[in-house]
Amino acid sequence: MTAKDLRHPIKVARGLGSSRSGVGHWWMQRVTAAALIVLAVWFVLTVLGLLHADYATARATVAQPWNALLLITFVLTLFWHAALGLQVVVEDYVHTHGRAVCLLVAIRFLAVLGALASVLAVLRIALTH
Amino acid sequence: MAEFTLPKNSKIKPGKHFAAKGAKKPRTFRVYRWSPDDGENPRIDTYEVDMAACGPMVLDALLKIKNEIDPTLTLRRSCREGICGSCAMNIDGTNTLACTCAIDSVASGDVKIYPLPHMPVVKDLVPDLSHFYAQFASIKPWLRTQSTTPDRERLQSPEERKKLDGLYECILCACCSTSCPSYWWNGEKYLGPAILLQAYRWIVDTRDEATGERLDDLEDPFKLYRCHTIMNCTRTCPKGLNPAKAIAEIKQLMLERRGA
Repeated sequence: MTAKDLRHPIKVARGLGSSRSGVGHWWMQRVTAAALIVLAVWFVLTVLGLLHADYATARATVAQPWNALLLITFVLTLFWHAALGLQVVVEDYVHTHGRAVCLLVAIRFLAVLGALASVLAVLRIALTH
Repeated sequence: MAEFTLPKNSKIKPGKHFAAKGAKKPRTFRVYRWSPDDGENPRIDTYEVDMAACGPMVLDALLKIKNEIDPTLTLRRSCREGICGSCAMNIDGTNTLACTCAIDSVASGDVKIYPLPHMPVVKDLVPDLSHFYAQFASIKPWLRTQSTTPDRERLQSPEERKKLDGLYECILCACCSTSCPSYWWNGEKYLGPAILLQAYRWIVDTRDEATGERLDDLEDPFKLYRCHTIMNCTRTCPKGLNPAKAIAEIKQLMLERRGA
C-alpha cells in the first residue's frame, strides 16, 4: 500500500473475499506426495534391477501387467503432483494476474500432455508385447 | 513478480556516527533511519552507548539514545514489559520486542536494529501496520453466537478454557507475520501467522457458534493456504507461541468438515 492508495485498509484487507476453495488442492498435494514416496521407491528399485539389461529385457519388464499398472500410476501421480506444486510456485511469486493465469493454464496443458504421452508409451509396450 | 531487490530510493546508505566520549563500557548500535520529509534514502546511523549507565534491554538503549544523544530517533514503545507489542522491531536479524530483548543476548559486535521487515515505513523504526490491523478486523475477532443471549456468562469448563492457552497470549506485535516470506510476497491477500492464530483462537473457543462461517471465510488459496509451514513465525514469536501449529489445526478442521 502506498500513500496514494485512498481505499480504506478494511476494503483492501477484505478484498474479493474468500473463494471457498483450496482445501482440495492442499489435500491432493499431500495424498499424491504420500503415494509418490511408495511409487518412487518401487520405480527406483525397478530401474536398478534393469541395470545392464538389454532392450528386450527392459521392454518385457515394462510389459508385465503389474509393472505396467504401477508405472502408469507413477507417471499420473507424478504429473498431478508436479502440476499442483508448480501452481503454488506461480501463485507465490507471479503477481501479474494475466501472466499468472497464462502460466497456470500452460502448466496444466503440459502436465496433461506429459501424463498422456507417458501413459501411451507404457500402453504401447504393454499391449503390443 | 516478487521483488528481490530494493527499489533505488530504498537502498540504505551509511549515516551519521555519534561517538560516546569517556564511556566506560561502550557498545555500538546501528539503527535504521528514514524520514518521509527530507526526500533522502534510508541510512544507518551509528550510536555508541555507555553500557555502564544504561538499562539491560535494547529498549533501554534506544530510549537512552533518544533522550541523551539524538532526539530525532523515532520508535514506538509503551508498556516496556512485553505486553503491548508496540516496540516490535528487527534486532540482530530477528523480529522481537525491544523491551524484552537483553542487549547481552546479542552476540558480540554491533547491535543492528531495523524496523519490522517488508512493511511500509512511517519513520525510522515505526512501520505502517494499518493493513495488518485491518486483516485482524476482517476475521471478526469477537464472540459470535446464534443462541439466545443468556442471563449470565456463557460457561466453559477448565478443559475447554485450556484450548485457548497458547493463543490468548498473542499481543499482535506482528513479529511473526513480518518474518514470514509468504506474508512478504502475498501480504495483501495472505492473512499471515498472527491473524490466522487469532482466527483459530475464535474457531477453537467452545462458546463461539460461528465456527463454520469462520472456516468458510478462511478457505481460500491466499488467505490461508499461502502458509507453507516455513516456521519462521514460531521461531521468532517473542511470547513463545506457535502460530504454525494453529494454522495446521485450521487446515485439519478444513479437511475434517469435508470428510477428506
